[in-house]
Amino acid sequence: MKGIIFDIKKFAVHDGPGIRQTIFFKGCPMNCWWCHNPEGIKSHEEVVEVVKPLDDKVFIEKETIGKWMTVEDVMNEIEKETVFYDESGGGVTFSGGEPLNQFDFLLVLLQECRRKNIHTTLDTTGYCNEIKFRRLLGKVDLYLYDIKTIDDALHKKYTGVSNKVSLSNLRTLTEAKENIILRFPIIPGITDTSENINDLKAFLGSFNHNIKEVHLLPYHKIATNKYKRLHITNQMEGVRSLEKKDLTGLKTEFEKEGYIVKIGG
Amino acid sequence: MMTERIKKLRDQSLNSINRISPERALLITEFYKSDIVREISVPVKRALSFKYLLENKEICINDGEIIVGERGPAPKATPTYPEICLHSLDDLKKLDTRPKVSYRVNEETRRIYRETIIPFWQGKSNRDRLMNQMFPEWIDAYKAGVFTEFQEQRAPGHTVCGSKIYRKGMLDLKKEIKQAIEDLDFLNDREAFEKREELKAMDIAASAIIMYAERHAERLLELAATENNELRKHELEEMAEICRYVPSYAPRTFHEALQYYWFIHVGVVTELNPWDSFNPGRLDQHLFPFYNKGLTEGTLTREKAIELLQAFWIKFNNHPAPPKVGITAKESNTYTDFSLINIGGVKEDGSDAVNDLSYILLDIVEEMRILQPGSMVQLSKINPDRFINRAVKIIKTGFGQPSVFNTEAIVQELVRQGKSIQDARNGGASGCVESGAFGTECYFLTGYFNLTKILELVLNNGYDLRTQKQIGLKTGDPENFKSFEELMDAYDKQLKYFTEIKLKGNNIIEKIYSEYMPVPFLSLLIDDCIQNGKDYNAGGARYNTSYVQGVGLGSITDSFTAIKFHVFDKKTCTMGEMIEAIKINFEGFGELRKKLVYDTPKYGNDDDYADNQARKIFEIFYESVNGRPTARGGTFRINMLPTTCHIYFGEVIGATPDGRKAHEPLSEGISPVQGADQKGPTAVLKSAAKIDHIRTGGTLLNQKFTPSFFEEEESITKFSKLIRSYFRMDGHHIQFNVVTVDILRAAQKNPDKYKDLIIRVAGYSDYFNDLNEDLQNEIIRRTEYEAI
Repeated sequence: MKGIIFDIKKFAVHDGPGIRQTIFFKGCPMNCWWCHNPEGIKSHEEVVEVVKPLDDKVFIEKETIGKWMTVEDVMNEIEKETVFYDESGGGVTFSGGEPLNQFDFLLVLLQECRRKNIHTTLDTTGYCNEIKFRRLLGKVDLYLYDIKTIDDALHKKYTGVSNKVSLSNLRTLTEAKENIILRFPIIPGITDTSENINDLKAFLGSFNHNIKEVHLLPYHKIATNKYKRLHITNQMEGVRSLEKKDLTGLKTEFEKEGYIVKIGG
Repeated sequence: MMTERIKKLRDQSLNSINRISPERALLITEFYKSDIVREISVPVKRALSFKYLLENKEICINDGEIIVGERGPAPKATPTYPEICLHSLDDLKKLDTRPKVSYRVNEETRRIYRETIIPFWQGKSNRDRLMNQMFPEWIDAYKAGVFTEFQEQRAPGHTVCGSKIYRKGMLDLKKEIKQAIEDLDFLNDREAFEKREELKAMDIAASAIIMYAERHAERLLELAATENNELRKHELEEMAEICRYVPSYAPRTFHEALQYYWFIHVGVVTELNPWDSFNPGRLDQHLFPFYNKGLTEGTLTREKAIELLQAFWIKFNNHPAPPKVGITAKESNTYTDFSLINIGGVKEDGSDAVNDLSYILLDIVEEMRILQPGSMVQLSKINPDRFINRAVKIIKTGFGQPSVFNTEAIVQELVRQGKSIQDARNGGASGCVESGAFGTECYFLTGYFNLTKILELVLNNGYDLRTQKQIGLKTGDPENFKSFEELMDAYDKQLKYFTEIKLKGNNIIEKIYSEYMPVPFLSLLIDDCIQNGKDYNAGGARYNTSYVQGVGLGSITDSFTAIKFHVFDKKTCTMGEMIEAIKINFEGFGELRKKLVYDTPKYGNDDDYADNQARKIFEIFYESVNGRPTARGGTFRINMLPTTCHIYFGEVIGATPDGRKAHEPLSEGISPVQGADQKGPTAVLKSAAKIDHIRTGGTLLNQKFTPSFFEEEESITKFSKLIRSYFRMDGHHIQFNVVTVDILRAAQKNPDKYKDLIIRVAGYSDYFNDLNEDLQNEIIRRTEYEAI
C-alpha cells in the first residue's frame, strides 16, 4: 500500500505534545482561501520550478512535489526520531492536506504506530463519511480538529465544501470521549467576525463534550511564494498577517468560556 | 542585581584596553641574568624565578575590590613570557596594529624589548629550542597546514583545579613535600635525586605564593590606614586578614575560598602561560559547603555571596589570553583564555550535584554577561529539569553561554581511559570541550589536525599544491582507483603517515617541556605530583593524556560522500573531472558544482549514505592516534574541536569535492558544513551521534536558533528535551547560537550558507530560506525591534 506525501517535517514543535515529526498527506477535499500549504491540495504529483542560486548564477530546475511512499517507508522515517519522542513525550502528527483523504493508508499507519507505542496526533478537518470516520475511534491519541465557519454557506464559499459532515464527526469524537484540541484559524473578515465567533460558541454550547483546549491560529501570508510557484490564484492577496496581539481579545473571550487557549499551535 | 562597586569594577574591566605589560618580561630577564641561575637545577631555577616574579611584581588592588590579585600591573595589562616565546619588534608592531585581537604596545615597552628583552632571549626561548628540534617532515607538514602545534608559543597546562585547595593550605602541602623528600629511596630509586630537586622546587613555589598573599595583606593595611570610609576601612582590614590566612591554611569561609583560588590562579598564569589559563572547574561543588556553613552560622548572606562571585567573575575578565602570533593566532584567534566554569553534574558518589549555588552561578552568568570566564552546565540524566530549563533561559538570550555538556558521556570517556569512577565524576570539561579528571589529570592539547587536507594530498598523490612540494606518501594516482574503498585505503595510509609525524613531534616537545620548563607551582595543585616527586610537565600527575584535535568532520565527510556518489555510484563525473574541477576552483564547472552543493547527500541530515563516511573517517583517525604512548608516560587520544582553526585550515586547502571553494572555511567541530543540514536539529543530532563520542575526549557541536523560537514557555522545555535526547545518544556537548538580525541579513544575501536556519514566524517555526522576501524582511525588522 502506498500513500502520497508532500513533506516530512522533523522537530515539529507546534503540532501536538513534545517533539514531533509531522507527515504531510497530499490531497485535500477543501480548498480554503487562506491555505498555508497549497501544495497539499491536489492529490497527485505536481512539478514546480525551484531556484538554486550559486554565486552570481541561478539554476532553475524542475522538482516534483509529492512522493508515493509505502507504509514501511513512512514508518522508517517516523521511527528514526523515536529518541526525541521518548525523551519529550512527543510522537508523530499526520497532517496535510487532509490525511482522511487517504483513509486506508492513514489507518494502517495509525495501527502500526499503536503497535509500536508511538503517540499519534491527527490534524484534520474531519471531512469524511461517518461510517469510515468511526473506524478511527480508539486509534488516535489526539485530534487537532479544525473548525472554520459554522455558517454553511460561508463554509462552502471559502472552503468549497459543506461543513455538515465535519461538525457531525466532531460530535462523534466527543461522544467517544476522544482527546480533542479545537483549532480555529483566525482569518481577517472571514472567520473572525462576531457572527462566526458567536456561532462557534453557540455550537460548542449545543452539545456535551470534553473539549478543554482551543488553539487560535492567526492568519499569516507565509504561503505567498508557494502560490506563485504553483501558479494558483492567491485569494488572500494583500491581506496582512495577524500578530499575537491582534488575537488577545479573542483569547480572553474563549478563556471566559472555560477553555485553555493558545495562540498558535 | 549588581551593587554599585560591582558595576564600576565591571565597567573598568570592559573598558580597559588590552595592552602588553613588559613587567614580567623584565623581571624574568633580570632573574635569568643573575649568577645563581648557573648553579641550580632546572626545577629549582623555575621555582626561584617564580618567587622572584611574585616578590617584585607590582601589587594591584583596584578601587572597591573584594577579591584581589592581578596578573599584570592593572586590568588587561598582559604579561609576556619570553622564556617560552620571544616577540620580535615586528611581532609587537603587529600585535599593536592588527585589526582583530590587538594589544596596545607603547613606546616604553618597545624600548624595553629592544634594549633588554630581545638581546637576552634571542635564539634562547623555548620556541626556538622546540623549532630547532623539529625534523624536515614535521616542518613540511606544519608549513603546509596539515597540523598546528599548541606548545609552540604557550606552555601546556589544559588542566583544572580540583577540590584540594579547599581542604589543604600551602603549609599542609609543604608538610607533604617534606614527607615525600624523607621517603625518597636513594638506595634503589635511580631518580631520587631528580625527585628531590623537583620537590625542593615545589616547596619554594608554595612559600612564594604565601609571600605573595602577604604582600597583598600589607598593601591592604596601607590602604586601610588612609581610608576615610569606615566601612571600607573595616573591609580592607578583613581582606588583609584573609590574605594572611589563605593560601597558608585551608579556607574557612566562602570569601576565603574564593580568594584562595584566585591567588592560585594568578600563580599558575604567572609561572608560565599555560593554555586555557587555569580553571576552578566545579565551582558550585567546591563552594557549596562554605556557602551553606556561612548561611547557617549567619556569617554570610546570599547577597554577599553573590557580590563576591560577581567580583570573582570580573577578575577572569581582566585577563585576556597572552598574545598569540602567527599560526597560533590563527588557530585560536580570541581574547578568551578558556577558563570554563562547570555547573551541575554529579557528585563523587554519583548523586545529583545540582545545589542552590548552581542556580546562583547561572544567575551570575546571565547578569554579568561578560566574555570571561566561560560557563557551561554539566547535564546529567539525574539533574532536575528545572536546572536545564534555567540554563536554556540564558542560552536563549543569545550570547552563547552556557554551553551544555553530557555528564554521563564525560564520565564514560574518562573511565574508558582508565580513570577511577570517582575521579571521573569529579571531572568535567575545560577549555572548549575537553574532558578531564579535575585535580588529578594532566591533559595536553597538542594541536589541530587537518582531516580534509589529507584528502587533498591523496587526490594529488602526496603532493602539496600550496607549498609545491611532495610532502606526503605516494598513495597512487587516484584516477586509477577502481573503487571507493581504494580511495579510503589511500586516505587511511596518508593520514597514518601524517599522524605519526605529528606524534613524533609531540614526543620531542613533551620532553623539551619536561626537561626545560617544569612548573613546580602548578605541580603542587595537581595530584599526585608531590607523591610522585615529579613535575606536572614530566608525567607527575595521576593521569596523563595528550590529545590531537581533528578538525572539519563535516567537510571531509561531504567531500568523500561527493566522490562516492558522483564518481563511483552514480558515475555523473569521473575522478579526473573531479580533480580537475577542484584544482581550478570550479572555474567553468558551475554545473558540477551545483550538483555537488545541491544534489548530493550531506552529513547532518540523518542519512546513512553520507553519515557512514563520518563513521569511517572517525575510525581511521581514532585508530591512528588512540592508545599510543606519550613521552611523559601518558597516552595519546583524539578529540574533535576547532576553536578558530577551521578558518586557517580552510585557507590552506584549495576547492574540495563537496563544492566548497578554495580557501573558504571548513566546517567546525562535528557540525555539518554550514548550510548542509536541511532537515532540522533532530536530524543533525542523529548524524552527530553516529560517531562514537565515548572514545574521544570531547566533541563540539554548534547549532543556531533565532531568539523568537523561544517565545513560548513550552519551547524552553522542548529545547531542553532536544538536548537531553542528544545526550541519551551519548552526544558529548552542544552549544547554541541564538541568532541576531546580522545573521538574518547575511542569510538573506547568501541563502545557500544558511539553509539550516530555523526561525519562528507566527505560532509556528520554519526555515528562513523557505519564506518569501517580504516575510524575511518583516522578520528582520521584527528581530531588529526585539533587539532594542
